Formats: sequence, structure tokens, C-alpha cells
Amino acid sequence: MKTQSFSFVHVVPPWLLVAVWAALMVGTLATVAVVGIDLGKLNLWLAMAIATAKASLVALYFMHLRYDRPFLAIVFVTSLVFVMLFVGLALMDTVEYQPELIPGFAPALDRV
Amino acid sequence: MTDATVPTGHVPHLAHHFETPQQQYEAGKLGMWLFLATEILLFGGLFCAYAVYRANHPEIFVYAHRFLDVKLGGINTVVLICSSLTMALAVRCAQCSQRRGLIVCLALTLLCGCTFLGIKYAEYRHKWKEGLLWGTRYHPAAEHEGGPQAAASGGSAGASPSRPAPATVPPPASAPTTGPEAERSKIAPAAVGPSGLAPWVIGRGVPAVPHGPGEPRNVQVFFGIYFSMTGLHGLHVIAGMTVLVWLLVRAIRGDFAGGYFTPVDLGGLYWHLVDLIWIYLFPLLYLIH
Repeated sequence: MKTQSFSFVHVVPPWLLVAVWAALMVGTLATVAVVGIDLGKLNLWLAMAIATAKASLVALYFMHLRYDRPFLAIVFVTSLVFVMLFVGLALMDTVEYQPELIPGFAPALDRV
Repeated sequence: MTDATVPTGHVPHLAHHFETPQQQYEAGKLGMWLFLATEILLFGGLFCAYAVYRANHPEIFVYAHRFLDVKLGGINTVVLICSSLTMALAVRCAQCSQRRGLIVCLALTLLCGCTFLGIKYAEYRHKWKEGLLWGTRYHPAAEHEGGPQAAASGGSAGASPSRPAPATVPPPASAPTTGPEAERSKIAPAAVGPSGLAPWVIGRGVPAVPHGPGEPRNVQVFFGIYFSMTGLHGLHVIAGMTVLVWLLVRAIRGDFAGGYFTPVDLGGLYWHLVDLIWIYLFPLLYLIH
């Protein structure tokens, strides 16, 4: 009865959890190693790509998203999409104002 | 759906407003994921602040991140990943009704949380001693003006760093300037600006000029962001550890027998989210190229 009544539960095998852990360790080492290589602007994107790969592993296996109903993944990804929208639009906006802000620190203020 | 396998008798943990254990479990899980979504949005605000400041002032981040200890940050990353593994194993043990394994895994996770906070405390203490703090409290110790390398190795400054001389305010910007002057702030300083918080802030000694050679302006912004992000994350670690203690007590009491494991699963989801956020914080704060 104990196991039968919870047959809807997916139990992740331990070897898979350990494999994910090993992959996360390798990813951490890779992030640290990659920072020493000069790739210009690519460094940030590479670091973010590695972090996203690690985060995907955590979400898919440690957080069971791979085995759960897709609706939970939709909730999760939706929140990420909105954060990206938020950050992306804010960045687009701040780039628009930079010429006024940085060299002259908003000279328009003097005219007001 | 699985009615055939669900015993018709009383299931001890099944609340009366749910039809089946599966329905109860999935409702709980959806609720937890909705909560995690709000947590992501909460951190999203701080990530936005980070992105905007870094896009506008990359030199501050390149300069100031060297005050952070990559080794300690890396160890903390490893500690959190290990704690995530033990947490995932704990969920597995709870699913399989392995009480002993569950207790061991939860205890190990808790231990990792303590280690993380201990290392974080050491980092914070070092920055507090060096005066590497946010806003008006940014007073890097005088002997470290040589640069961040000197600050990383030193550590003899008093707990309350001495205040520097009142910051010199650049003259009111009336005419557009050229050359090196163009790099200066032209936001009207307090003397000519509308009286708001500006005089108060300048009176408190916001470093309007660099402290040492090679130091960019407004380094305190980095430490404001650093302490906000790691501080909020640290609060989440403490909250997660509180949940872990509660789970541990219940596990020792034997609540998670007979296949009932929902609280462990949901607590685990929270713990993994804390790990997830740190996975991004570590390269963003410690590993800036």
C-alpha cells in the first residue's frame, strides 16, 4: 500500500543525482577557469551560458522539472521571461540616456 | 486517475478537501512553484539594478570585484552544490520512506548551509574591517590605497574605519567643459542643486573623488549591489535552514513514513532555488573580466 498509493511519484535514481552533481562541479570549475581567458565581451556571455546550463541541470533534475507536469515548468519559465523582459527593457532604456548621463552628467538639468 | 491504487480507507495525511493524495501533492507543488516564481521576480529587481549599473559603469565593477575573494566564493559555490545534492537525496529517501537516510541527508544539507553562512560571515567581516561598504559607509582603509591587491592581503584596519576629510565637491557645472574635465560629474552639486537629500549625502562624505590612484569614481555602488544581492541571498539561506530544521524535527519524529514526503519535496525546491540564484551571483560578482 505504501508505495502503491504513491505511484504517481517519480523517484530519481541516485546515480543520476550524483552525475548531475559532478556536472555542476565541472561547470563551476569551467566558470573559474574561463575568467582567465580574455575573450572581450564574450566573457560575460560565456559565464552566463555556463551558469544557465548549471541552473538548467538543477531545475531539470534536482527540482524534478523534467518529470513533473509541464505546467510547473511553464510557471518557472514565465517568471524567467518576465525578469529578462524587465532587465532587457531597463538596459535598452539606460543606453538611450547614457550620452547625457556619463560625460556631462545631465546638463539638461541646468536648463530646467 | 490512480484511484484504483489509492486505498479506500483513511489516508492519514490527506486533507479532507482533496480527493486523492495525488491531487493534494500536485496542488502543493503548484503552490510552491508559484511562490518560487515570485522569488525569482524579487531577485529580478536586484539583477536589473546590477545590469544597469554594470552597463553604465563597467570600470567600477572591474575595479571593485578584485576586493572579493574568488577562493571563498568558489568554495561557497561548491558547498551549495553539495547541499543541493544532499537535499535531492533527502527527497529521494523521503519518497522511499528511508527514515535514517532522510535524517542523515537533511543534517548534511543543514551542515552545508551552516558552512556557507560561516564563510559568508568571514567575507562580510573582512569587508567591514576594510571599510568596503555601501554608500556613505564606503571608507577603504588608508593603507590600502595602493589598490585592491594590497587590500586583499591586509587586514589590520580597525572595526570603525576613520572618516576621510570631507569630500571635495566639484565646482558647480555652469559651462560645458572639455578634456579631462568632461569626465567629471556635472550633476549640479548640493550648492546649486535643489535642496533635497544631496547636501545631507555630501555632508556624510560620499567619496566624490577617488580614494586612491587608479580608483574609479563611485566604487561604493558596487558594494551596495554586492551587499544587497548576497545579503538577500543570505536571508534566503537562513530561511531555507529554518525549513530544514523543521523538516529534520519531523523526520526524526517519523512523520515521513508511508510514502508521505510532500514537505520534504517542497522544502527541497526552495533550497534548490537558493542554490540556483547563487549559481548566477558567483560569476556576476566574483568573476568579472
